[in-house]
Amino acid sequence: MSTEQIEGSLGVAKAVSLCKPGVVCAYPISPQTHIVENLGKFVKSGALKHCEYLNVESEFAAMSVAIGSSAGGVRTYTATASQGLLFMAEAVYSASGLGLPIVMTVASRAIGGPINIWNDHSDSLSQRDSGWLQLFCESNQDAVDTHIMAFKIAEKVGLPVMVCMDGFVLTHAFERLNLPSQEQVDAFLPKYEPREFLTPKEPISIGSMVGPEAFTEVRLLQQRKMLSSLQVIEDVTKEYREITGQHSGGLLDCYNCENADLKLIILGSSVGTAKDEIDRLKAQGINVGLISLKAYRPFPYAALKAAVGNSSQVVCVERAFSFGARGIICPEVKRALEGTSTKVCTALAGLGGRAIYGSTINGIVKHALDGKFKDEFTWFDIDTKVLNSYTRNALGITFPEGPIAESELEATLLRA
Amino acid sequence: MLDKINFYQTGSNTVGNRLINPSMRTEQASVDRPNSLTCGHRACQGCGEALGARYAIDAAMKATSGQIMVVNATGCLEVFSTPYPESAWRLPWIHSLFGNTAAVGSGLAAAAKVRAELNGDSVTPRIIAQGGDGGTTDIGMGCLSGMFDRNDDVLYICYDNEAYMNTGVQRSSATPPAARTATTMPVGEEPGSDWGKGKDVPLIAMAHGIPYVATATIADLRDLETKVAKAMSFHGARYISILVPCPLGWGLKSSALTVTAARLAMETGFYPVYEAEYGQITSVRKIRQKQPVINYLQIQRRYAHLTGKKADPNVLARLQAMCDANIEHFGLLGDEAPQLNPAAIQAYERSKKV
Amino acid sequence: MMNKAFAVTLDPATSLENHTGSWRTLRPENVFKLPPCNKQCPAGENIQQWLYYAAEGNYEMAWRFLTENNPFPACMGRVCYHTCEGKCNRGFLDEAVGINSVERFLGDYAIEHKLSFKRPAKDTGKKVLIIGAGPGGLSAAYHLRRFGHSVHVLEAGAEPGGMMRYGIPVYRLPRNILDAEIARITDMGVTIECNHKVEDIEAEKKKGGYDAVIITTGAGISSNVDIPEGDTNHILNALNVLGEIETKGNIEIARRVAVYGGGNTAVDVARSLRRLGAEPIIVYRRNRDKMPANEEEMDAAIAEGIQVKWLSTITGATKESLKIEKMKLDESGYPQPTGEYEELPADAVVLAIGQNVDKSILDKLQGLKVERDAIVIDPETNETSVPGVFAAGDVASAKDRTVTLAIGMGKNTARSIHAYLRGVKYKKQPKNEDARFEDMHPWYYTDAPKTVRPELELARRTNTFDEVQYGLTEENAIYEARRCLSCGNCMECDNCYGVCPDNAIRKLGAGKGYEFNYDYCKGCGVCAQECPCGHIHMVPEKI
Repeated sequence: MSTEQIEGSLGVAKAVSLCKPGVVCAYPISPQTHIVENLGKFVKSGALKHCEYLNVESEFAAMSVAIGSSAGGVRTYTATASQGLLFMAEAVYSASGLGLPIVMTVASRAIGGPINIWNDHSDSLSQRDSGWLQLFCESNQDAVDTHIMAFKIAEKVGLPVMVCMDGFVLTHAFERLNLPSQEQVDAFLPKYEPREFLTPKEPISIGSMVGPEAFTEVRLLQQRKMLSSLQVIEDVTKEYREITGQHSGGLLDCYNCENADLKLIILGSSVGTAKDEIDRLKAQGINVGLISLKAYRPFPYAALKAAVGNSSQVVCVERAFSFGARGIICPEVKRALEGTSTKVCTALAGLGGRAIYGSTINGIVKHALDGKFKDEFTWFDIDTKVLNSYTRNALGITFPEGPIAESELEATLLRA
Repeated sequence: MLDKINFYQTGSNTVGNRLINPSMRTEQASVDRPNSLTCGHRACQGCGEALGARYAIDAAMKATSGQIMVVNATGCLEVFSTPYPESAWRLPWIHSLFGNTAAVGSGLAAAAKVRAELNGDSVTPRIIAQGGDGGTTDIGMGCLSGMFDRNDDVLYICYDNEAYMNTGVQRSSATPPAARTATTMPVGEEPGSDWGKGKDVPLIAMAHGIPYVATATIADLRDLETKVAKAMSFHGARYISILVPCPLGWGLKSSALTVTAARLAMETGFYPVYEAEYGQITSVRKIRQKQPVINYLQIQRRYAHLTGKKADPNVLARLQAMCDANIEHFGLLGDEAPQLNPAAIQAYERSKKV
Repeated sequence: MMNKAFAVTLDPATSLENHTGSWRTLRPENVFKLPPCNKQCPAGENIQQWLYYAAEGNYEMAWRFLTENNPFPACMGRVCYHTCEGKCNRGFLDEAVGINSVERFLGDYAIEHKLSFKRPAKDTGKKVLIIGAGPGGLSAAYHLRRFGHSVHVLEAGAEPGGMMRYGIPVYRLPRNILDAEIARITDMGVTIECNHKVEDIEAEKKKGGYDAVIITTGAGISSNVDIPEGDTNHILNALNVLGEIETKGNIEIARRVAVYGGGNTAVDVARSLRRLGAEPIIVYRRNRDKMPANEEEMDAAIAEGIQVKWLSTITGATKESLKIEKMKLDESGYPQPTGEYEELPADAVVLAIGQNVDKSILDKLQGLKVERDAIVIDPETNETSVPGVFAAGDVASAKDRTVTLAIGMGKNTARSIHAYLRGVKYKKQPKNEDARFEDMHPWYYTDAPKTVRPELELARRTNTFDEVQYGLTEENAIYEARRCLSCGNCMECDNCYGVCPDNAIRKLGAGKGYEFNYDYCKGCGVCAQECPCGHIHMVPEKI
């Protein structure tokens, strides 16, 4: 174990390097660049041996190279973000369909247009149904550890894993990071033994065409793998924590949840901000719980239900949503809590890099405690001035200060 | 005495020929050829692609003593060879997507290298990525160019049947002018596929300066096998385009005419056959018995509008001019040498304001 | 072991479970066709088959297959007019295969290497008498002996060979060659008794206790025309002239000799006389196009300086000249007199206008039907109207009288007698369908001009009886044999095996050919289309 004050991206690169991947392929996209730049340096300098580093011509090629190398029986890593993730989407699905245990970092970033390079979760969540495991990191330490765990989880389950860490907020932040030693990682993560791979010694045909006669069954078995990963994540987390003493990973993590009637559910780096605010609120006598959702896919329904307990209200602080619908996390939480009387709603915040401050969390908590979440879905951190500067003239409407509930947005259609 | 007489009835034009030294016969003539793509596949009757794939992969298997792994693009070849629950392949094979074949090949080549390093193997399996013309010249072009750029140790084989056959014969950038496809119907003022469009991917490949580029057809097996074997003697990115007529898509008058059609494509100059090393043409397969283009067109219903009663003789003349230009540019006849920088036939057509 | 994913990962070659043969509506089948050379050969040689082995350099095998039908390859390689070559499909491509010269090469090879015929494994105890030791008789004797019958040949002449000895000039057929090939037949146990002219066939048969008889007495009497002869002009007949050259070596007739006729005998006589120092001139009533003589022989004659008087008939002769009437051809190509005459200086006339059968012995055989200068025979069995008596060669063929045909007839008669001796009626094998050039794939064959046989210098040829044409060297013989297109029959080029998109053809190994694998054959027809020699047919599948 060593402790270093370094950029999150370098930490992740070092963590990946400790896992001894055989192939790393990279196509640059902000804010993922520093991770693959560092890995490139490790390979070129000889620090990372027996690893092929491929500068590819697109994210589509990156994922495709990863498919080839993973099917070729070596541990494979790549990283992307935003547009890049969408550009590789077809191959993302192919990788999971072929059961290839690739690990990929998504340095989360908004999707254009309009083009926006800053952080939210619309990229990773767009790949919800891609068949990948999606693990969110709340800190750079969590990111370092989750990447190491991700290889083990992927290889045990036989599915690829997306490690989602917030772009810039984490990737470009310098922090003190504890990096496990090579011996620790070697003990934790054995030499890669592929379940199946291409070799002239035992020829197989991977990637057949499956018609109606077996496609459903293929999907059922894929789902079964995904379900099995819940336990694998827990087991791997437990093992990792025992070896390193780090408190990272897991399906979810609870903070101040004991006896809290209101709980927030948050993915990613905002968890840290929320923890600080929860501490301040606690000092003021306001008890708010926080559930850091680590595993979005597989979705830990049971663990979440247990974590929520008998709280009367849960607010999902979401950094992406579904056009024409509502939040993305909220419906999953509702499913988890079906049959309970817990009220669940979404506070949409932090799109396209808009910072979630302690004050944002404070506002959400107050809004909840005041019983002001009248709809399931509320736009929380709206800059009313910016909005009205356009709508006043263009649409003949203005918005009041403060959060805008879904029903209020709908009402403006009548006023216009 | 027998070896001294260099005349062998059918010479090297047939697959085998019992009169020539066994070492001079093709791999396809061998009783124990690999049959990498074996019986029971579901290709249409007379499929040129099935034939071309077996020819090429068997030759590569021979050249590498069986150390070949194949990446296959989506398309006819993939669909007819590996519908669940049966695979017609005898070697390691993978299919991922339509447009990413070259990149998967790059990844697989990297993996093969790393595994060999880690295991201390003296032999590293070699990679062939393959697809149809649509998967190569259109949707797969980005990954193909990337693979060329990195000079990854992959041989890419394009089985060129000049349209998207698997989806029902739509135009690709490899479709020749005036050909009928489902998206270039023989209607309007210029029936069939547009003139002055298309891509010459072998020339594009050469422009990458990769070690080896070749064109071939299923009508000259020895040429094809030699080129595959030569390709395998190089490391780095290599590209071979093999013309594989599609009886259905071309509307061949009979499924039996597949090889004949390919032969006519060569003998008319419609499809120039040559090879290049590091961006420069090194040899050209000469036309053996020159044929007018009409002989090639008239066995294909995709050109029916050019050979029937209502046919426009000007279009026929333009196609003949196209063949003649190929013959001139690539030096396909007699002792003519190819031009140092042959231009794509599309350039020739675009420069003619007909 | 791999932990294979369900359905997405498949085991290799599992497609073998999928029998695509059920798709088929057309079925490829091998068809064995009759090559035009074989069809044309009057001796019924399987030319293509022996060329197949010659092409491989397996000369003994080639010779064995050749002599299955014809025991005289060295002779025939010299004197046969090789009409086979005129029918050769390679002629459409470049030039016909030099079949005849390969045959001669094989014949000479066999003599040089002292190859012999196998004696029959056991004797049948049946006895056959052959009257006449010409090509027809000796051919029949050879084939009968192969069947195990005991054969005795009676020959009126001093030596066996018939027209091969007494009708064909030495410059075309050296006698040591003829002797060697006859000796090979007698080595099998055939006995030949010369200087024995048969007068009574029935009596000979009875006396020897023969089970069957073949008459092969030939057509050894030259035809005559009535030419009003003046005082002392020589009028001779062709066969006598050729016979005398054979027995005496040199004869003196005259300087200026008119040879009257347009057939091969006329040419033989003219060329022989030229070698003896005469100045022969051929007089023929029609033109070159209508001339029955072999074209190559005629070319050679003209090249040797022999003159020809076309469209001319001899209407009278004096001591120093002939009276010639000019002819013209009518619409159907027959010569008609014009009434115009001219003089042709000539010291002698040799008549070479045809040959006739000596009927004197035939008339004595009761019930023997003879029509138009030939014994009437059953075309299937070659049996005459007298049971147990057969006939072959010129004596049984009025129209076509060649050595080659006689050899073929001899073979057929032997087969017929073999059946007859077992109490069976002989039936000729049905012929395969013709191998037509249109059914072949000429693209596959490489271009190769016919090897030109090195010829003796013209000057040398005209004044000696040395053999005019040298044989092929081994190199040339193989080269020539390899020019065979193998029309309609497999030559193991592997094309079908290679071009099948479904691997549905099995290669059985060298010399064993191929087999269609109907489990997988989809019936696309590429094999048939690409077979160079047209050996594969697509036939509708019974559904």
